Parts: sequence; C-alpha cells; structure tokens
Amino acid sequence: MHCCAFKAMWNLFVSFFKIGLFTFGGGYAMLPMIQREIVEKQKVCTEEEVLDYYAIGQCTPGVIAVNVATFVGYKLKGFWGGAVATLAVILPSLLIITAIAACLSSFAAFPVVQHTLAGIRVAVAVLVFRTVVQLYKKNLRSFFAALVFLAALVLSLIFRVGSMYIVVGAIILGILFGTFGRAKK
Amino acid sequence: MIYLELFLSFFKTGLFAIGGGLATLPFLYEIAAAHPDWFTAEMVADMLAVSESTPGPIGVNMATYAGYSAGGVPGALMATFSLVLPSFLIILLVAGFMARFRQNRFVDSAFLGLRPAVVALISVAFLEVLKASVFKVDAFLSSKKFAALFDLPSILLFAILALIAFRFKKLHPIVFILIGAVIGILFKF
Repeated sequence: MHCCAFKAMWNLFVSFFKIGLFTFGGGYAMLPMIQREIVEKQKVCTEEEVLDYYAIGQCTPGVIAVNVATFVGYKLKGFWGGAVATLAVILPSLLIITAIAACLSSFAAFPVVQHTLAGIRVAVAVLVFRTVVQLYKKNLRSFFAALVFLAALVLSLIFRVGSMYIVVGAIILGILFGTFGRAKK
Repeated sequence: MIYLELFLSFFKTGLFAIGGGLATLPFLYEIAAAHPDWFTAEMVADMLAVSESTPGPIGVNMATYAGYSAGGVPGALMATFSLVLPSFLIILLVAGFMARFRQNRFVDSAFLGLRPAVVALISVAFLEVLKASVFKVDAFLSSKKFAALFDLPSILLFAILALIAFRFKKLHPIVFILIGAVIGILFKF
C-alpha cells in the first residue's frame, strides 16, 4: 500500500511537471495537456471535473494553472497531493527562468526564440481548438446549456465582461434553472 | 530583512491578482516603485517578454524573475513560493468544501450552468490565440492592408496540424508543440 501511494504521487509529480513545462500561453493552454495526462492517462478526474476546477480558478486569486493543479492534486491525495502537484507545475518555471535571468536577459529578443514561439503558438491554437470542439460536443447538449454558452460568449467577446462575473452569473443561472426549471416538469 | 519583504510583497500580489498572470502587473509596478533596488519599472517590461516566451504560467514566471532580480536564487524561490501560497490555501479550502457538498442539489445545479459558460470562456481564449498566431489582426490594423490579415504560412501550418490533430487523437499534445517549434525555426515564422 505504501509503495502504491508513492507511485501515485510520483506519477502526479511527473504529469504536472510535464504540464508546467509544455504550457505556453494562458491557463487555457494547459487544458489539452491535462486532458491527456490527467484525464486519459491517470484517470484521476473526468474532463467535466477539470472544467469545474478551471471555472472556479477564474474566480479565485492566483494563477489558474496552479489552481487547477492544486485541485487535481487534492482530489488524488488530499493536502499532500495538492502540494506535490502545485510544486511540480511551478518547478519548470523556477528552473528555466532562473537560468535565463542569470545568463540572458535579452533572451526574448533572439530571432530563434521568436521563430520558435511563433510556431508553438500555432500548435497551441490547434490543440485548444481540438479541445474546444470536444467540449462543445460533450457539454452543449441541452437548450439551457446552449443558451448559457451563447450568453457567456457574447458577454465576454463583445462586451468584454470579466471572466469572474460570467462564472458567478453562470452559477446563479444554474442554481435558478436547477431549482425552478426542472420543477416545471 | 529582504526575504520577509519579498514574502509580504508577493503574498499580497498572489492574494489580490485575480484573473490571469497579467493581473500581477500593477502589483509588480508597485513593488518596483517601493523597492527600486530590487528591480525597476523598465525591467518589468523585459521580464514580461521573457515570461511570455518561456513555458509555464506568466504570473509564476514574473514572480521568479522579479524575485531573482531582487535576491538571486533564494529571492526567486521566496517570491514564487509567496505568490503561490495564498491561492494554494484558498483552493484547498474550496476543494475540501466541494468534496463535502458535492452531492448537494444546489452545487450540482450550479455546475449545470457553469460548464457551458466555461466552454464559452475557453472559446474566447481560443479566438484570442487565433488572433495572435494565425490571423494577424494587429498587423492588419496598423498597415490597413487586407492581405496583412492572412499570414499564409501560419494558416497553412494551422490547417495541417489541425488535420493531424483530429485524425490522430492518440498523439500527445507535446508532439504538436515540438512540431510547431521545429517548423517555426525552419521556416522562420
């Protein structure tokens, strides 16, 4: 039992280290990696649960990538799981940034870096696109869901309403619908 | 004592910067003003460029860099640790709460509304990424040339990678990132 627990922790650490290492861009960029490493490979959470963590992470302070890591780690192994996952996801940053800060503060200006990043950005766009399409298929299955989706989309894209407000609004709508909408049946 | 001050400054930042790594910027400028011997406002811009060019969350990268500038490796560790601590504790609380109330009808209903909304938010994020990587809206706006909107190599790469991504679902995301990096260098994106 003891060795299984250690193995689980180690796998958690490795997964989140990889996630931290290959997340380029905002918190959403980690979603495809989490889908593969955490949902499919280790089966710690379902895709829906990851979405829930991501949503809550929009409302709480802190870096969303770290928040999601803490959530997932906690689900697997409580406090220590949360601690290991959090540590693992920030470790690549610590190592890489310290190395760069020590040697090359003009790192970003090198053309090689710019070219590499431009290519990576396109790859990230593709990965997030695939994730979004999967999410559509699985989560927009009712009229209510489609309605909430459209409202959130318009508010965020056109009216630039903050994510936190949209999440809170969606929670309220969900509770209202759950309490009154279903009662109509 | 510098480490205590680093802890306080970055703990505060971690506690009040809501909504993404860039939310840490105002706090960093404040810290720069209060502690010019740590780093200056001009340096923040350079740090941002590096933070956006390296893997990992931008907020974490910024804290590490700023901390290093202030106090070397121990500074980097202290700043990053302090930034992450408030949200770590809060999430543990929320996660514990959720575990207890997961069966609650209200919590269940809340998530019913939550999930489609999050899909929308991620879609918006995707559009932003598209704007930055494939359809160069900024270049179009500054040059007023319609052709500038379409960066053919990027569009091509996007199309090819997308075809592969949807056909070969088993491929690990890392593969795509590496391909993107290599193509980027080879074709000078």
